Amino acid sequence: MMKRDDCLKSLAGKIAQDEIVVAAYTTAFEWIAIRPSPCNYISSGAMGMTSSHALGFALAWPDRRIILLDGDGSLLMNLGCLVTTANAAPKNLIHFVLENGTYEANGGHPIPGQNSASFAGMAESAGYNNCHELSDLESFEDNIGSILQEEGPTFVTLKCVPGEDYPQDYRHMHSAKLREDFAEAVKNF
Amino acid sequence: MTNSASEEGTPADCLTGSLIIDAVKKSGVNTILTVPDKTTSEGLLRPIAADEELRHIRVCKEDETVGISAAMSYSGQRTLILIQYTGLLDSMNAIRAIGCEYQMPICMMVGLLSKEPGVAPTESKRFGIRIVEPILDTMNIDRHLIETDDDIGLITPAINKCYETSSPVAMLIGRPPLAA
Repeated sequence: MMKRDDCLKSLAGKIAQDEIVVAAYTTAFEWIAIRPSPCNYISSGAMGMTSSHALGFALAWPDRRIILLDGDGSLLMNLGCLVTTANAAPKNLIHFVLENGTYEANGGHPIPGQNSASFAGMAESAGYNNCHELSDLESFEDNIGSILQEEGPTFVTLKCVPGEDYPQDYRHMHSAKLREDFAEAVKNF
Repeated sequence: MTNSASEEGTPADCLTGSLIIDAVKKSGVNTILTVPDKTTSEGLLRPIAADEELRHIRVCKEDETVGISAAMSYSGQRTLILIQYTGLLDSMNAIRAIGCEYQMPICMMVGLLSKEPGVAPTESKRFGIRIVEPILDTMNIDRHLIETDDDIGLITPAINKCYETSSPVAMLIGRPPLAA
């Protein structure tokens, strides 16, 4: 199974610096270290809300690709978003779920349905346009280029394990400055 | 924080849905995020769904609307959340974090299902209705009771304030609006 930060590093090399990337919790901390940009949005406030923010950005800017780096625990707290998103059908949204099978930000306890629930299966049933499940870095690198070109909404489960440790600064995550920087970065989008 | 024109003197006994929608449009709102509510079903939701001037997004669960609305506000677009008070109660953590702590403009229109017309929400026989305003007050969220046509004048300024000050607001619909 691929290491999460290896996967994120690979993804970072495939997208532009001014693309909006919405990320949840542990993945968010890794992502902002790997791809620092004011266009990263990690201020979802409440667990589960990352996917709803991403849908809002996708609806607001239909001509810009929106990348969502969701967590499996976060998605479980907002499963209805799969149907809401599929129904709204934003062509510009790519919904990644980094599945490690745990509530990593809450102590690493296993999620319900660990190793049995299929998030890509749920997304497919909900009506996402494209659904994928990848679990090794080679497959990710072979497929990510074409996945990023698909007409969305697209859903991709990335089965992974934690990689290196990255700083986790929750005060930064919730800071007004971070949101102000984002607002400034997107004000002319 | 409470405002109700009908409490100040000119009570009417009806609430007209089309006038509410006109007031919402006047504020610059162009997107409505909804989870169905029986109180507002016929007088607001159905006309909104049929209104070609408004983008209508059907949402599965009320807390989703908070995240969607907050994100859309970065583009300068104004949204209105149309939900039932039970959904408001269910969404409190998202409203707490995104609306109150992050100070995002979260503009909510909330049906008070089964509130007795002419009775203040805090005097309702229904527990769920009685606690809505005290909870909003505890969270320092602006609220307005929209119970009659005399109250509709509160809507546009409330939405404008929500977006100009980047803060949440709840407009509480106290009776089923007429589908007219």
